[in-house]
Amino acid sequence: MTMTATNEGTRRPGEPNRVVLRVAGLDVDIRTPSGEIRAVSGTGFVARAGQTLALLGESGCGKSMTAKAIAGLLDPVAHVSGGTVELDGKDLNRMSAKERRKVAGAELGIVFQDALTVLNPVYPVGVQLGEAFRIHRGLSAKAARKEAIALMKRVGIPEPESRVDAFPHQFSGGMRQRILIAMAVALSPKLLIADEPTTALDVTVQAQIMDLLRRLRQEENMAVVLITHDLAVVAEEADDVSVMYAGTVAEQGPVEQVFATPRHPYTKGLLESVPVDAERGSNLSSIPGSPPELKNIPAGCVYQDRCPLARELCRQERPVLREVAPGQQAACHFSELLATDETLEEIKS
Amino acid sequence: MLTYLRKRIVSSALPLVVVIVGVFALARLTGNPASLYLPLNATDQMRADFAARNGLDQPLLAQMADYFGGVLQLDFGTSLRTGESAAAMALRAFPATLQLAATTMVLAIVLAVIVGSWAALKPNGVADRISSFISMAAASIPDFWLAIVGIWVFAITLGWVPTSGVAGAAAWVLPIGTLVMRPFGALVQVVRGAMVSALAEPYIKLARSKGASQSRVVTRHALRNAAAPALTVAGDLTVGLVNGAVVVETIFGWPGIGKLMIDSILQRDFAVLQACVLLTALAIFVLNIVIDLLYALLDPRVRPASAASRRAKARQAAVPVQSAPA
Repeated sequence: MTMTATNEGTRRPGEPNRVVLRVAGLDVDIRTPSGEIRAVSGTGFVARAGQTLALLGESGCGKSMTAKAIAGLLDPVAHVSGGTVELDGKDLNRMSAKERRKVAGAELGIVFQDALTVLNPVYPVGVQLGEAFRIHRGLSAKAARKEAIALMKRVGIPEPESRVDAFPHQFSGGMRQRILIAMAVALSPKLLIADEPTTALDVTVQAQIMDLLRRLRQEENMAVVLITHDLAVVAEEADDVSVMYAGTVAEQGPVEQVFATPRHPYTKGLLESVPVDAERGSNLSSIPGSPPELKNIPAGCVYQDRCPLARELCRQERPVLREVAPGQQAACHFSELLATDETLEEIKS
Repeated sequence: MLTYLRKRIVSSALPLVVVIVGVFALARLTGNPASLYLPLNATDQMRADFAARNGLDQPLLAQMADYFGGVLQLDFGTSLRTGESAAAMALRAFPATLQLAATTMVLAIVLAVIVGSWAALKPNGVADRISSFISMAAASIPDFWLAIVGIWVFAITLGWVPTSGVAGAAAWVLPIGTLVMRPFGALVQVVRGAMVSALAEPYIKLARSKGASQSRVVTRHALRNAAAPALTVAGDLTVGLVNGAVVVETIFGWPGIGKLMIDSILQRDFAVLQACVLLTALAIFVLNIVIDLLYALLDPRVRPASAASRRAKARQAAVPVQSAPA
């Protein structure tokens, strides 16, 4: 992990671009009947105040697992087996369960994907919105309800005074997602993790939800970690991107730079598979194969089986994430070959 | 709400009639009351008089028609044994059973929630195994055996509690201790299962993400969701308690409806038996309605929309959903 050590963490709080989250060398293992499987391996990135970091990847690449590990919400079968997760300079992995609970909700908010199953079906949304205030600020039920109404107003739910006592199943998908977001930002956390917040929603609602997230990020100067598989969302919303593959970071850097000049064959393959100006009838480009199963990750590069550029070196030695351009890192032995405008096919031949 | 009640009453009327017809016929299979109430050397004339006096000389169908005619006028017949109104006897015995059953169920539910939740926190952990053993044992031991062993150990050998009767708090210990076992054992299993699945639900993660403590997660979030399935089973178990009450009340001389029922069968006191069965069936009917209402209270998704929320919804539909103010 070639994370350049700088002094961002010591800057005055509240200043934009201050590093809020610094993840380094994060390993997550899953217990299975046939032994431990490494689901996330040596992942690292930083998220800055007022900015959005996108964790981009296919399903099963470990991006959600990484998010849960940061938030301390891993399933009982999974556990963090290495690395550090520093929130404002404090390593969350070294905290006791009680200290972590103080951070959860107050300094670190998380927005889950499926708002229908995530909201507790037996409590009115107002009770669930007010819960963080009751836990962390010791507010009375009445005062918490008032805060809940204010939150609902803030995220654009019409008639919050009458809707505050309604139950989750009485709201539409988009409204439920707004409620989840309101819950996550209730106590103005420094870090907001949004785990595929729009995947379950209609396209028009998706745009509204992304607008809301952007507005809240600016108002609160929060660092946002946005987990998504949607390249368009990343291009539109994120400042930085970490492209994940098979539990590792393949490439990361500022979104514009990474998308303009990808230096990892996986990133380049992803970008080439977006049909831009494709002529009717022409073949759509795609990445052949599928990601390796976590229990048989090959020795050497994790991407070797699908990489058009794979050579002998890739089968023997796993490339480490290294600086390939100012601010941009990639985990590829042949990153330099990609620094052209040619497509992967052209580079290969 | 009223529609619901009306529907329930209509749909329960037929089963009640069937129950009465069945009991009416079965009771008469136990034999002729005359052979119990008249001296052994009674003459045929005395027997005929007895039958005529009590309407037992009529054909069975005529007796039944007569009985239902009476029931419609709230006349449930008189006891052969005491000449008292059968309904009055059943109603007098009922509170004793109700007290016994209610105390037993409350105790069973409280204990089962504690033990079941404790077991669910770590599936297949030590606590889970211990509770699984205890609950299996509790649900499987026959109550008559438990009652007799209980009397032998606690009443006779140790002398801590009386062998029977209702005098004082100590008299409650053995009947309740016996009756509570089966519902407790069964409920532990249900609560454990419901809690294991509730604790795996995504809303538990949401609660934890807000910094909720373990006890808050378990009691507020998981238990409240696990309560609905547990309630359904608790209702069935309460119905089953009637069976247990017959045995336990007889053994411990508890003057409840179970004992009255057994006595009426032994004495061929048909009217009292029928009144007891009818009253028990009615109690079960009321219990089921109460459970339905509690269910709606616990799970808002099965609650019919109240007028107020319907109005709110209509208003909601009229207002176009605006996006967040920028």
